[in-house]
Amino acid sequence: MQLYRAHVLVCGGTGCTSSNSEAIINELEAEIKKNGLENEVKVVKTGCFGLCAKGPIIVVYPEGSMYTMVTVEDVKEIVEEHLVKGRIVRRLLQSDNAEGVTKSLESVDFFKRQMRVALRNCGVINPEIIEEYIAFDGYKALGKVLTEMTPQEVIETIKKSGLRGRGGGGFPTGLKWEFAAKQNADQKYVCCNADEGDPGAFMDRSVLEGDPHSVIEAMAIAGYAIGANQGYVYIRAEYPIAVKRLRIAIEQARNYGLLGNNIFGTDFSFDLDIRLGAGAFVCGEETALMTSIEGHRGEPRPRPPFPAVKGLWEKPTLLNNVETYANIPMIILKGADWFASIGTEKSKGTKVFAVGGKINNTGLVEIPMGTTLREIIYDIGGGIPGDKKFKAAQTGGPSGGCIPASHIDTPIDYDSLIQLGSMMGSGGLIVMDEDTCMVDIAKFFLEFTVEESCGKCPPCRIGTKRMLEILDRITEGKGEEGDIEKLEVLAKNIKASALCGLGQTAPNPVLSTLRYFKDEYIAHVHDKKCPAGVCKSMMQYVINADTCKSCGICAKNCPVGAISGEKKMPYVINQEKCIKCGVCMEKCPFKAIFKNA
Amino acid sequence: MKSLAELEEIRKKTLEQINLRTEKHEMRVVVGMATCGIAAGARTVMNAFVEELKKRNISDVPVTMTGCIGVCRLEPIVEVIDKDGNKVTYVKMTPEKVTRVVTEHIVNGRVCVDLTIGEADKK
Ligand SMILES: Cc1cc2nc3c(=O)[nH]c(=O)nc-3n(C[C@H](O)[C@H](O)[C@H](O)COP(=O)(O)O)c2cc1C
Repeated sequence: MQLYRAHVLVCGGTGCTSSNSEAIINELEAEIKKNGLENEVKVVKTGCFGLCAKGPIIVVYPEGSMYTMVTVEDVKEIVEEHLVKGRIVRRLLQSDNAEGVTKSLESVDFFKRQMRVALRNCGVINPEIIEEYIAFDGYKALGKVLTEMTPQEVIETIKKSGLRGRGGGGFPTGLKWEFAAKQNADQKYVCCNADEGDPGAFMDRSVLEGDPHSVIEAMAIAGYAIGANQGYVYIRAEYPIAVKRLRIAIEQARNYGLLGNNIFGTDFSFDLDIRLGAGAFVCGEETALMTSIEGHRGEPRPRPPFPAVKGLWEKPTLLNNVETYANIPMIILKGADWFASIGTEKSKGTKVFAVGGKINNTGLVEIPMGTTLREIIYDIGGGIPGDKKFKAAQTGGPSGGCIPASHIDTPIDYDSLIQLGSMMGSGGLIVMDEDTCMVDIAKFFLEFTVEESCGKCPPCRIGTKRMLEILDRITEGKGEEGDIEKLEVLAKNIKASALCGLGQTAPNPVLSTLRYFKDEYIAHVHDKKCPAGVCKSMMQYVINADTCKSCGICAKNCPVGAISGEKKMPYVINQEKCIKCGVCMEKCPFKAIFKNA
Repeated sequence: MKSLAELEEIRKKTLEQINLRTEKHEMRVVVGMATCGIAAGARTVMNAFVEELKKRNISDVPVTMTGCIGVCRLEPIVEVIDKDGNKVTYVKMTPEKVTRVVTEHIVNGRVCVDLTIGEADKK
């Protein structure tokens, strides 16, 4: 056994990997060797810490010093100062961890208000080493379930915990397990939905990259509870790191006999396979997902029958989301009451959000249900860049809606979001500031659903397209009288008649922006104005003749030569030629250029 | 995996190796490793701590380093800090003294008074 006095944890999640954390790991190992510390200091590649905006991230234990935005060039200093001499490299510390000798990451603002249940091992263990998962009580829940509990007791525990599906709908997980358990069949299946199609969401990817065994363990527990001996993880091929770690994890679990026959010496057997998806949004919908696993084109079918009755190959199938599963082992180990003590009356436990858009700390946060949007944005997320005003946040991605600033203090849970006309969805949370045009945002999400519609049912295939055409013309300043009403009628009909959740929810972003920001639609249609100054056809860049110093910098930088002028005379923009890229405004040293909306 | 006992064994063994990533330390050892400390032999002292703790299968006492404490003439200096932050400062440390500190202070909770800054400096 090799004991080390220090562990250097480097994030190997997708975010930090794309900002070169692999090279940092190599450099660390080389520098450590050069200083003769290879028997004292160990480099560990972990999953995501969540503070993706500040990647690549390195945490040095036992001090718990968190270094952010580390470059390969910084490595030498970290090794020579921190690891050789014990001097913390302050200039690289995460800014609110200025002491650096903090005993734990929990003292960093970003982590202080979080509660990591589903992400408990992300950024703590090396996900490619099963023993590290086991060290933090991994597979203990499976052992407990198999040796001490009946399937019925497992289901009761999950029911009592109040856990609801984290993949979108929020259906009570225990009930779903019970339906599947009640079916009589020679074969049943357990499936995991790791399709994660919501643009901007990446919590499922991070769980699989940082802690794949938690999902494997939970699926085996589910298999025992419902009477299935085979599981499938459906994951998009666009997540290569997650796929690789999951593969390694399955292999290691098989080697230890934690998957396979007679697990823990009982007569329960369970195995797991991966099925890769091509990254279509509709394949996240449960019936389309199963059709795709079967090898067919990923198209949904009407429900009922529900998957619990007729799923994969017509057999009863349990389908849960990655994050839903990641909670299961903790519920078994710590008890239903513990889980139910977190959160709000009807939404128990925590939720992971992928926070993006106009926010300083882009990344992953896990918070107890009932946390307010204000806490997420300002206390954890570090606020909005440039101290701009908060306008709204989109949850539920293209199926959800926006929460306007007036509701920033609403405790977030499944039901409060529905009441606001949005939904929890899978946990994407996009923050928008005062410079965002809400009509443009609605158009963005609708473009996504139009593109991702599978085309099977006309309301979704044709209806959403018609809505998009209307939005296109509104944002181009060609909105017609009656367009807003047409949008409303179309939305209502599509919601009522589409075949699957994709179509049924596609109008939501339009409806929700209409609910809170109708004045912006009206300004576009009637006044041909975009109040936020985003829609290009309705705004102009103008030079203020009083403040222009005729320096000519704008003209030099204009990519289309639309600006002209002479010494001592204010410059002018030729609106015919201007492509509204905004470079001139950015470059003007005297702030003499402004947007005229 | 045939039994829970087998799982528990792997758990314990691995936890020892990665325990320093958790924050549940009863005690920690801090060695002064500035130039003055290193010149006085702090590195051998630190390694002696790591070795001695390893020998005794103590995995929840991390050994960390710090910079110059300011009394360079007393280096190598080592602090043993308990979980409430109470600090005992040992000075002019050697690998032999390390064995004593581990046995008496860390294992048995008896401070080696004669090695502490107040006492050792009198000699
Ligand atoms: C268009 C559409 C896309 C969906 N995408 C996902 C997805 O990416 N991941 C997911 O877990 N659930 C997704 N769902 C929800 C699933 O159909 C299903 O409800 C969920 O996986 C069930 O797991 P849960 O009960 O644990 O949430 C999607 C639903 C629809 C209608």
